[in-house]
Formats: sequence, C-alpha cells, structure tokens
Amino acid sequence: EKMGLGRTALPEEVAAWDLDVAPDGTGLPVGSGDALVGEEVFAEACAICHGDFAEGVDNWPKLAGGADTLDHDDPLKTVGSYWPYLSTTWDYVNRSMPFGNAQSLTPDEVYAIVAYILYSNDLIEDDFVLSNETFLDVEMPNAGGFILDDRETSEAHFWKAEPCMADCKDTVEITMRAAVLDVTPDEEGAEEAAAPAAAEAAVVAEAAAPAEEAAPVVEEPVAVAAIDADLAKKGEKVFKKCKACHQVGEKAKNKTGPVLNGIINRNIASVDGFKYSKPMKALGEEGKTWTPEEMAAFLTKPKKYLKGTKMSFAGLKKEKDIAAVTEYLKTFQE
Amino acid sequence: AGDPLITEVQEWASATGEGVDATPYGLPIEYESDVVRRNVEWLTADTISSINFTPIHALDGTITPQGCAFERHHSGAIELKKEDYRLMINGLVDQPLVFTYEDLERFPRENRVYFCECAANTGMEWAGAQLNGAQFTHGMIHNMEYSGISLRSLLEEAGLGAAGDLKDKWVYVEGADASSNGRSIPMEKALDDVLVAFKANGEALRKEHGYPVRLVVPGWEGNMWIKWLRRIEVTDQAIESREETSKYTDTLEDGTSRKWTWVMDAKSVVTSPSPQSPIKHGKGPLVITGLAWSGRGAITGVDVSVDGGKNWMPARLGAPGTDKALTRFYLDYNWQGEEMFLQARAKDSSGYVQPSKSELREVRGLNSIYHNNCIQTWWVKANGEAENVEVS
Repeated sequence: EKMGLGRTALPEEVAAWDLDVAPDGTGLPVGSGDALVGEEVFAEACAICHGDFAEGVDNWPKLAGGADTLDHDDPLKTVGSYWPYLSTTWDYVNRSMPFGNAQSLTPDEVYAIVAYILYSNDLIEDDFVLSNETFLDVEMPNAGGFILDDRETSEAHFWKAEPCMADCKDTVEITMRAAVLDVTPDEEGAEEAAAPAAAEAAVVAEAAAPAEEAAPVVEEPVAVAAIDADLAKKGEKVFKKCKACHQVGEKAKNKTGPVLNGIINRNIASVDGFKYSKPMKALGEEGKTWTPEEMAAFLTKPKKYLKGTKMSFAGLKKEKDIAAVTEYLKTFQE
Repeated sequence: AGDPLITEVQEWASATGEGVDATPYGLPIEYESDVVRRNVEWLTADTISSINFTPIHALDGTITPQGCAFERHHSGAIELKKEDYRLMINGLVDQPLVFTYEDLERFPRENRVYFCECAANTGMEWAGAQLNGAQFTHGMIHNMEYSGISLRSLLEEAGLGAAGDLKDKWVYVEGADASSNGRSIPMEKALDDVLVAFKANGEALRKEHGYPVRLVVPGWEGNMWIKWLRRIEVTDQAIESREETSKYTDTLEDGTSRKWTWVMDAKSVVTSPSPQSPIKHGKGPLVITGLAWSGRGAITGVDVSVDGGKNWMPARLGAPGTDKALTRFYLDYNWQGEEMFLQARAKDSSGYVQPSKSELREVRGLNSIYHNNCIQTWWVKANGEAENVEVS
C-alpha cells in the first residue's frame, strides 16, 4: 500500500546525482584523455597529496607501485596492485576528488587523471587514449584476486557451541607487550586516570573558540584594526573550504598547506617549515606581503594569480566570501 | 577524628547551586571531562579523513551517549540542514522519488537498539599488541537506540516491480558529503532490517553521525551505515565502489582477499579493569566488566578467564542479549592482588564462539586489517595497573 509521499524525481535531478560507475562501464559519460594530459592535470590537482608520480606524500595514499606484494608482510595496495576494477578509480576521482574540492573535474580531466594513474602503474602506454569506448580494454592485474566471504565454511570450526571451560591449555606466557611498542597516544593511560585535572585542562584548551582567542588581540597595543566579529564569523564558515589543507589556531601545524596564523599582512612564503612552490617563494623574495588586496586577488583564482602554485583550489567566486575569510584569518594573530 | 567531608559543613551543603536556566542543553559535569573520544594521530594523514574512539573503558551499561560515540569520516563531518535535505530513490524502481525530511517523518516509525562497529576496530592489533587501552583497541563501536523508518517502506513507496526478480538485485546507497562513501547492499538485507534513522537515543542525530538522516545496517560493518544519506539506487549489480574494493576487503596470507565480508562476528572485551581503568582499590571485591556483541544474532553468554585462557568462568549478563546490540557482562570477583591475564570470550545465538588471536591468524594471516574479533588479553599486575599483551 503506497503512502503517496515524496514527489517524482526529475530526469535532470537523477542525472545530477546518479554518478556511480559500475565495473561493466555502466554510468560512464562520453569523454577521453591520455596520460600526457593526465600528468599535467594530476600535477595541478592531485600531486600535492599523492606525489608527482602517484607515489603518495606523507600518510596520503600511494596510487602506484606495490605489484606482487599482496602475499608479503604489509602489502602495498594501490590502484595497480590491488584495485580489481578500473570503474572504481574513475568513479572515486570523479565524485570525491580532489580532496577539499570534490566534483570540480570535467569528464575529460577524470579520464586523463585515470590514464595517468594507469601509466604510473605501467598498465598502459603513453599513447593509449582512455575513453568510455576503450575503458574495458584495460586489464587490472588483481581483478581475479578476490573471493566472496567464505567465513562460514573456512571458519566453520569457530561455531563450536560449547567451548572448553577448564584446563584448556598447559602454559600461558607473554609473547608480546604493547608497552614495548609504545605507540599509544601520550595523554593516555593510567597516569591520566590518576591526574584527571591535567586531562581536563587539555580538553578545555581544545574547546576554546576562535572568537575567544581573538579577544586579547584586539586589546593589544599594536595598531591592529578592529575586527568585524560578524564578518569573521561568516568567514569561519567559508574557511571550511580551506580546512582540508590549512590549519589555524593555537595547535595549528603545517599540513598540505601552511599554517595561516598571522597570514594577513605577513611576507609571502614565510611560514617556517613549509615547502613552498618555486613561484610562491619567488614572490616572497620580491618582498611582497599578503595584504588583504593581494590575498583577495590570490583567492579569486589561485592558479591565475600565480602559475605553478601548489594550492589546488579553484578559488572563491564571491567577493563577500573573500572578505569574510580574510576577516576570519585576521583573528588568528601570532 | 571524623571525616571532615562529613563533620564539617561543606560549601555545597550551605550555599546554593546553579539555577535551571544555567545549562539549557547540558554537558557532563567537569569532573568527567576525561571521558572523551580520542584519536590516534599516526593512523591517518589528516583528522578530516580519520577516526576516533569511544571511551568504552569509562562507560557502563550498553547505550553509548552520542557525544562520545566514535566518529569516522572520509571527507569530514558536514553540516546539512533539514530544510536542505533531500533523499532520492532511483534506478530499477517503478517511480523515482525525492523525499524531504518532513516526508520521511510521515512514514510509520520504529525504535531499535543496534551496535555500529567499524570493520577496522581492533585492526591495529593484527600483527601484535599495539595500543594500551580498550578505548584504542576496541573503541570503534557505539550502541544506540535509533528511531526511524524501514528502508523497505521507502523502496516499496518507489515500487520494486521494475526490478523484477529481487534475488540478484542490489541497493546502492550514498551520502551527501564529498566522499559520498557509496556502498552496495544486497536487496535481501535491504528489505530485512535496514533502517533510515533520524533520531538516536531519543534526540536528533549529531552532525558527526550523519545529521539529519543516516542508514542503520544492523550487524554489518559500520562503513555501510551511510551518513547524510542522500540517494538509494536499485541496481542489478554491485557498484564495487572504492569502499567495497580498495578498502573494507580482507587480504589473506596467500594474497587473495575476501570481499563482501559485511557481517561483524561475535566479539567481546573487558572494559574494566583495563590499561586506562586500573584497579585502585586494592584487594577484595572487584567488578570485572565488559561488552559483548555479535552481528549474527544475540549474545547468549560470555566467559571470563583470569589466567590467560586456561580456565573460564561464566560471566553474568547485565540483561539478556538482544539481536545485534551490545550486551554488558559482569564477573563479581574476589581479587587477592595476584597478577591476572584477563580475557573475555563471547558466544552468540548462531553457536559461534569468539576465537583466540592465534585461531584467527591461522585462517587469515596478519594482513587482513579488518574484522579482527579475537580474544583480547589484559595483563593486570599486582599494583592494579593493566597492559595490553599477547599470551601463548
């Protein structure tokens, strides 16, 4: 019995959301790209996390390599060594990448990036054009490497119903201790239970809102312009787009992008310990600073403002978003 | 002399406390502020695509408060208003539909308590004892009472006639966040007990758990419990998304990998005493307690060993086990200050008995990452402190 709830989904609505691609290619849009074009797109959109050669930066996923490691200790699972279907790569790049700027790539760019990832894994030649028509020609090395869940047969002996209750083994010896490895986060353990006050302090510090951090800045005798709190609050929302790569606040660390504390009116490319692109460094050496005007120009279209910047962000379309995020950044002085 | 806390008039017995308008929505009292979710920094590249852990060592009963229930995001916890919420059903249905949040509230509702466990819970322990604390070894789990509607009712509203024989059909579900986290669920499960939930423990879902609407897939790995649920597609094949091929597949010793390992097997852990919850009261009565659960049914019993698995004692269940939900167990024990190798072993209504670490490794090797449901050992020392160890 129907409830008569909801309304018919329009074809254009289904088209906008129904993006998944199945192993047989169902759902692929028309388009094409090769590894040469892909190398450029990859360098711009993906390399900051995945490395120029898809080898992965820091803890970010490696996309290439690892062939024949699956039966070794710590196998290296990449698109080449592990992923059984090419559709998965296409689908994931198309819908969820780049990290922090998902669904910004055109189908041709996605084909090109996927071609480059295949090329990095030695799975295609550089003249191979990946398209909706050639898609199924690519053979994935680990396509046959999966079996369906067989626990009920291969682990049937775990259904033992009445397990041993007494004298089940002769000896019990310690074979490994977590304390020896010592990878538990520091604030943890018995000490903490004994000293809850310290933990409490840490929690409170974490919970301190940016607005509160900003307050003492205004009181400082330095000639800092008063901060528009409402605008800064709006900027905090805009900053969500930046958070995937940039941190602000007391505990901020350089991530994919540099820490942005005190960034407004500071020399360009001057955050300690961050590896800037060459063109960005050059701007800094020219003595340029991140004035609000300069920042606005950069944020409008980063790649147009500075060709070769590592920042893989398309830019903020609205002027008022730029003003707001700038105001928000001003609340984090050093 | 008497205890001054008794013999002297205390400040709280004399002055007044806070008024009813002080805290319109309350947080735990400050003395409990160490009962929080924690993450392990070295696990992931960034906290936006990461996981934290429920402080199970400090909780009792079975219901996990939302505020300290573990979070796992693949592109961060998004903020999605009810007014902006849309749920689409498309694919092999008679009529593709779009629902608003209010539409969903008009379907017949049910309440069910289920555990949600990340397939990677205890995953860091495959190769050996690593993390010192039940929160870190077993804290990728929570257990809540969900209010919502059956997925079946939505599928039937769209009509499954177009799907033909339902035996080999699938339901593909995805979220509204940038990761989308799409997963394929066999139609049989989709029509069985899957819920589209909008309340947990009586209140709206928290942002980090998928506000305003998430999927509840009882007994199956947490990754399938799509948060910020935005689309349900009826298909004639599994989509084999990133989350069901490159991740959430279990590699065996010979390099082949199991896929579609959706069910979470029976498992248990002693939550106290444990490394973060040492014995501080000395010899005498000691409450040994912990949690047990199974994705295959109800917990029928839990055995506890204090000698590393030589001998076992049946524990007392806090309440009879229910289907695919956490069960609390207790062993009331007279501790004489001896060292203990403390273990728990769960049994479920399918006859399954939680295996030892070596039994699991014999079948699966060391590289499975996911679905580690082995028996955990805490080495409780004479001073009452405990450590995560492995024993022969």
